[in-house]
Order: sequence, then C-alpha cells, then structure tokens
Amino acid sequence: MAYEAENEGFEAVIGLEIHAQLLTRSKIFCRDSTHFGAGDNENICPVCAGLPGALPVLNERVVEYAVKTGLALNCEIRRQSFFARKQYFYPDLPKGYQISQHDLPICGPGYVEFVSGGAKRRVSVTRAHLEEDAGKSTHHGDYSLINLNRSGIPLLEIVSGPDMRTAAEAADYARAIRGILRYLDVCDGNLEEGSLRCDVNVSVRHCGESALGTKVEIKNINSFRFIEKAIEYEIHRQTDCVLNGERVAQETRLYDPDKNRTFTMRAKEDAHDYRYFPDPDLLPVTVEKDWVEEIRSSLPELPLARAARFVAELQLPEYDATILTQERALADYFERAQEACGNPKAASNWIMTEVMRNLNESGTSIARAPVTAERLGKMIALIDKGVISGKIAKTVFSAMWADRGDPESIIAEKGLAQVTDAAAVGRIVDDVLAANPSQLESYRSGKDKLFGFFVGQVMKLSKGQANPELVNELLRKKLRE
Amino acid sequence: MDLSQSTLVELRDAVRGKQVKAVEIADHFLQRIARIDREFNSFLAINPTVMDEAAKVDAAVASGLDPGPLAGVPIAVKDLLCTKGLATTAASNMLKGFVPPYSATVVERLRAAGAVLLGKTNLDEFAMGSSNETSAFGPCRNPWNRDHVPGGSSGGSAACLAARLAPASIGTDTGGSIRQPASFCGVVGIKPTYGRVSRYGVIAFASSLDQAGPMTQNARDGAVLLEAISGRDDLDATTSDEPVPPWFRKIDSDMSGVRIGILKEAGIGDVDESTAVVFSRAAEAFRKLGARIVNVSVPTLRYAVATYYLIAASEASSNLARYDGVRYGHRAARPTADLDDFYAANRSEGFGLEVKRRIMLGTYALSSGYHDAYYIKASQVRRRMRDEYASAFAACDVILSPVTASPAFKIGARISDPLEMYRNDMFTTSSNLAGLPGISVPGGFAENGLPIGVQLTAKHFDEQSLFNAAAALESALALPKKAPHGV
Repeated sequence: MAYEAENEGFEAVIGLEIHAQLLTRSKIFCRDSTHFGAGDNENICPVCAGLPGALPVLNERVVEYAVKTGLALNCEIRRQSFFARKQYFYPDLPKGYQISQHDLPICGPGYVEFVSGGAKRRVSVTRAHLEEDAGKSTHHGDYSLINLNRSGIPLLEIVSGPDMRTAAEAADYARAIRGILRYLDVCDGNLEEGSLRCDVNVSVRHCGESALGTKVEIKNINSFRFIEKAIEYEIHRQTDCVLNGERVAQETRLYDPDKNRTFTMRAKEDAHDYRYFPDPDLLPVTVEKDWVEEIRSSLPELPLARAARFVAELQLPEYDATILTQERALADYFERAQEACGNPKAASNWIMTEVMRNLNESGTSIARAPVTAERLGKMIALIDKGVISGKIAKTVFSAMWADRGDPESIIAEKGLAQVTDAAAVGRIVDDVLAANPSQLESYRSGKDKLFGFFVGQVMKLSKGQANPELVNELLRKKLRE
Repeated sequence: MDLSQSTLVELRDAVRGKQVKAVEIADHFLQRIARIDREFNSFLAINPTVMDEAAKVDAAVASGLDPGPLAGVPIAVKDLLCTKGLATTAASNMLKGFVPPYSATVVERLRAAGAVLLGKTNLDEFAMGSSNETSAFGPCRNPWNRDHVPGGSSGGSAACLAARLAPASIGTDTGGSIRQPASFCGVVGIKPTYGRVSRYGVIAFASSLDQAGPMTQNARDGAVLLEAISGRDDLDATTSDEPVPPWFRKIDSDMSGVRIGILKEAGIGDVDESTAVVFSRAAEAFRKLGARIVNVSVPTLRYAVATYYLIAASEASSNLARYDGVRYGHRAARPTADLDDFYAANRSEGFGLEVKRRIMLGTYALSSGYHDAYYIKASQVRRRMRDEYASAFAACDVILSPVTASPAFKIGARISDPLEMYRNDMFTTSSNLAGLPGISVPGGFAENGLPIGVQLTAKHFDEQSLFNAAAALESALALPKKAPHGV
C-alpha cells in the first residue's frame, strides 16, 4: 500500500540516476572483453589495470550506443563532448581516477514518456553521460581482494529531472528506461546482476512549496519493487522527521530489503572534492551530424509508440498493448503471430495466457520459446477456420510446446481435427439417443435442460472432436423426431 | 673505426655494409659503461639481452634481410619508458619491483628499426626536475665537469652521449627535459611536435605536454632516429595522422631566404654573458648563411613558467594517483590505521620531495574553489600562447632562442630553491604548452668549458625546418670535435 504523503500535506520530489552497462563486446577504453563470468582478473590489460604508461583509447561502439540511447530519450546530442577525470582513492579504482564525462556530456536535456497508473507521464532527462566502471572489491575478514574484470566496462549514466512525485511513478520511470534500453539492444537491463543500477534522490516538502527539501540519495537498489518500497519508506521517514521538528540530514543511504528500511551509508561531510579536469589522454568526442541522423533512422519503434500502434491499428485493448510491448522480443513475437493468423486479439490472448505461463514455468525467454510465433498464429487460424475447437487447441499447444511440432501435423497425427462430417456426427447422435432411452423420454416430456446432457455425451463419445455447432444442430433435429 | 666517436648514421651504415658487427658495437659500449659509468651514474640498468638483440641484427644482415634504418645501433632509453620484462623505475621508489608486461611503442619501434636496447638511463624522479638530482638512485653527473649537473630530467640520456657510452638515446620532454640536458651536455636534443611520437608506455608526468624524442651527436642522427619512432599509434589517441616525412633524406641546409625569428620577450637580457655570446654568434651565423633575421613577439611568454607549473603539476597530481604501494612500489613498514593512512604512509615515504611538492601544487590548483583561478586560467593563457605562436610563425620559419639562461650549474646549487630551478625552464616550457617542435643544438662553450646550446622552434609538424636549420648551424659553427676531459 503506497504511503500517501499528501495526506499529511507533504509531497515528495524524486529523481533517478540510472547506470546502464552498455552491451559492447570490448571495454570502453581498451580491447578487453566485457564478457561476464570470466575468472578473476582474466579480462584485464595494462590499460584497465591502470599500469604506468598505459593509455585509454575510446571504443567507437560505446559512443554509438550512447547516441542511440540519447536519441531514444529525446536528448540533444552534443557535437562535441569531453571526458574528465573524477579523482578519488579506492583500491578497486586502479588509476586513482575514474574517466567520466563532467561538463558537456554526450547527451544533453531530453525526456521520456511512459504510462504509469493508467496515465501517460513525461519525465525530463537532465543528461546522459559515458563513464568507465570501477573494479570490484570483496572483503574477507582481515584482507580484501580486487577483481578488475569490471574495470573499464562502459556505463551510460542517465540522470532524470526531479520530476516524480510518487514511488510508483519512479519505479515505472525506471521500468520505462529499462524497456527502452532493451529495445535498443544497448543494455540487457539486469538489475540483479548489476548491468542496470539505480540510485534514487528523494526529498519531501510541504505541498505548494517551490523550494526543494534536503535531498537524500539511496544507492544501488536492485529491483523495481525495491525502488518503490525504498522510496515509500524514505518519504515516510523524512515526513516523520519534518513533523517531529527534526532536520533531514543530507546523506547517502542504502536500502535493506529484508528489513524494508534505509540506513545511513555516508554523511555529506564525507563528500569528495573530485577535482575534475579534462582527461588529456583523450581527444574531445566529436559526433558528426550525418552519423547521428544515420543512427536516428535506424532506431527501432519504441515501446510507447508501438503500444499506441497496437491499439490504433490492431484494436488491442490498452492493457494488452502495454504488456505486449514491455519487451521488444515479446512484441515482435506478437506481431509475427498476429500476422500469421490475422486475429490480433486472439494472438494477444494466447500469448498473455498460455505462452507467458509456459515461459514462466520453464524459465525460458520468449526468444527460445519452443512454439514459434508463426506456429502459434497458424494454430489460431485453424481455430478460426473451425478445424479445431478452442479446447482442443490447448492440447495442440501443449504438444507443440513439448515437441516443437507443427500444429497441422500434430492434429493429423493425433487425430484431433474436428469432425464436421454430418453423417459421422449423426451416427454418434443416434448412438447416444439409443443408449439413453430414459433421458430421451424425460426430455420429450418437457425436461429441456437435458439438452446439455446429450451434447456432453456426444462430445465425450467424439473425444471432443465433434464440431459443437453441428452437434447442436443435429441433436435438435433428432430430438424433435 | 672508432666506435665511440661514430655517429648513429656511421654505425648503422657500417653494420649494413658488414664493416662492423652489431655485437662488436654493443660489446664496445657495454665495456665502456662498465669501465667508466660509475663516475657519471648515467645508466640505471643495462639490458641483459642486449648481446642477443645485436646477434639477431647480425644474423639478419648475414642472411641478406633488411636490418632497418637503425641497424645494430645500441640505444639508451630513459628509464621512464616501459620495457617488457626489464624493471622500469622512473627513478622512483614508488615503482620498486615494477616489471612492465609491455614495452612502450617507442621501444617497439626502435627494435623494429633494427636498434638494440642498450639500457635504461637515469633521470629526475618521474621526470620532475631540471638537474637529475631528484633521482631516487643518486644524481647523474655532467661528463664535462663532474661537479656539475647534466641537466634534466633526461640527464642520463644526455650524459651517456657526452661520455660516449651510447651513440644515441631517447629522452622525454615535458617542459624542456630533452633540450636543456642536451644543451648542458653538448649534444642534440629534439622535442617533437605534440602528437608526433606515441606516449604509450611512457610513464606519464603531464600528459598534455609529454613527448619522447631523440638525443644524438648531431642533427642528422636526430632526423633518422625521430623518423623511426614517429607516427600514428592506435594505442595513443593523441598521436597524429600527420604523415612522417623522410626528414633525413630531405635535409636542406641552404638557409638563403629562410626567416629566423628572434623573440622580443626572450632576449639576451635574460641570460648570462656566455649564453648571450653563444646566442648572438648563432644568429650571426644564420645571417651569414643568407637567412633573414626577423623580430617576432609572443607576449604571453612571460607567463610561460607559471602557466607550465600549474598545468604540469595539475596533470601530474592526477597521473601519480595510481602509485599507492599496493601492487608494486614502496610500502611503509609502520602499521597503518586504515586505508587512507596506508596510502598516505606509502606515498609520503615513497615519493621524493620534488614529486610531493608538485603533487601538492597540482592538487591545490585543481581543488574546488581554486580550480578556476589556477587550472582554468592557466589553460586560457595556454590557448592564447598557442595563438600568439601561430601569428609569430606567419612572420618567420624558425624561432631562435637560448635553451637556458646559463650553462650547467653545480650539483646542489639550486636544489633547495625550487623557484630558481623552475626559472631555468623559461625558454623551453612554452613549446610544450603550445605543442611545438623544438631542437637544442650545441652552440659553443662557456669560459669554464661547459657546453651551451641554442634552441630552434618551428610550427606544428614542421620538424624538417628544425633539422635544416640545425644542420646548417652545425656546419657554419664547425665547433671543435671536443670531448669532455677524460672521455
């Protein structure tokens, strides 16, 4: 249950900083692999290990991905941007500075639109800048180990404006960013593995005030649900603070999902002077206009636009359209399936029920679903043509899922096609009537409800394959005789 | 053939012509080093595989393969350049135990050109100094007078040439570190255009100023050596795509009509008498060769030293952050309270005074609240200086100036007065700030017998004009082929 700060006459101001790990094959400033899961310190070289004399050279693909994302977030793309050094000492930062963009990042102001609470929202994006990741420290009692595989992994930090007012809206914003990144295929968006990391800035103020309250940063929250819960907790905590006449301390906090609370990580007094200055080892990043336009023209249709098209052109309900467009692969699957059957709503229903349930149960991704979109579409077409009933279709679908088969051959092999031959169904009807003389008598003496009983018996005898309409028609005729 | 007195070009021609073997040359210099370098301390390490490398060159020559433009020439390399498998120290305790798993691009290119790596030369710690006195491994001495400094920071690379312990060497120049020791030791030193030579594997002092370059007996040797190490390197984003011309082949010492610029701001009023005499004679020599002497002006030059020390120290404070005593380098013996204390202990003990002074200065200049007044202001002056040089080069082809205000000073004379030491760099730092190529050429001798050089500066990527003018000056002055006493 969302905490309603408004009830106390307060409103929350929320902004997000999202670090997206870009899916390039090599690191941002050297040729090492970004492959996850390599042995400790396997993916390192003099550059990302910060050895003396080693120099960074910018990976062009990283710039392309940043431009792509910037365009999708409606950002201004800077013709010239710069890398700076952000300086601090830490064992997993081998150079003693992180190469990042400070003034004039590659992506300037933009915005993102998404649906939250049934309404379309727009949140501004202040900037998106490139930087290298640091290594990873693990602590073991009286010693610590450093793994530099992550050092130099390209990150794009997307900074939102302080535009959000509720925890749910902030979580939906984060989901929307993830969706866009995945549509662009520039980030796999995995919060648990850290390929997408969310820092949240929250403050509260009295409703109607324009000045911002003291900002608290909550770092590294690793699920959308926790983003929501952490913000809710924090709004509650800060509101209580103000109500009790205390001052909210400017600090960085961490969220503990087990206890569902945040706690202090470091106070503002520990804030660093990062002594930023332009990195003299790297030239300014120059992005040619033509290249930007080339990238723009190659952008895929994004979730919001795609959902709108599904509603407008395919007459899907908004709910279906939103669910189906959350993942690009799922939306692609839907489009292929609906093209194969010409029945968008049926395709949507099948995907949102049978397909998604089976994917969840087997832990499979849509890309690896054993039932291809084309076969699902073909099967739906067979239902629409009356070759199989909706009920039999579930059997066909299970068989397709289990054996990766084609619907037509499964129907043929298992003899699942509907019996539409009037003579054959007529014989079954005759058999049922002959076998149930007392029910027949009761029916004829006025017990109309028994009609259903006869339908059931016919279907049972036909193993569900008799065409239901034909069964009804023949039964009516024969019962009148 | 007198191997000690031979130039690089003579040696490589002899190797290519099979008149002498590369192993004989290497052995000759190894023996000289073993015999007399304890007097100079110009080498910090000898390459243990130098004889094998020389033998490979001989094998190539014997089998008719092209041994390259530096065939069999042993080259001494400043110990600021990484050498794979061979300890690299930057003359600092903070690199104790560091054996690079890679070689600097310059070292790779020397080997590809047929040179053999003779050894690693002494320098000021992290190239910070003008006297080679800040080396953690003891000062290097000037072969012309052992009580005097060889200059710095590439003191070892200059001294080993003067003492004929190597036919050629590589130095690095951030604010004059090739040109000033070349002047003090009576050899030629070239600071290439910024971006001409790869900095990959050169331990960074101030990244926007550092350039490695040749130190040789004469300008022609310098041209050959620079050709071998120049050009675009995919490992250094700041290297230029500018093609590398065949400077050596194209040297044209005809000075008629060449415009030699004399700076209004760097006149003989700033230098001692002997330096003034040498400078005037050089100008006169150019005039006699048919060059036109023109006056040019770079007004911001009077801020060059201040600007340089802000930018160089700022970048150095950042570049040296990686030396924390964890993976290599000095580690304090005393128990430390926490991570910050551990870093502080290692770095306070491991770095020398001059290096710490510059880290402090640079950290201060970049700190919030001071950043705009120091680092940003210095960057603005730097841009203006670059523009002023561009205007000056519209009026002249080469600028002639002194290298330093006076010849080599005595060891210990200035080490406790950093400002006096820094002022020494007034003629050299501006070319680093503006990214221009410069060369120091022997111009004469002071009354006390110490050599004095003159400096030539050209516009970006016009090293050819430097080699032309330097070669012309060498023939015109025809300095006696004097060697230091006892060498």
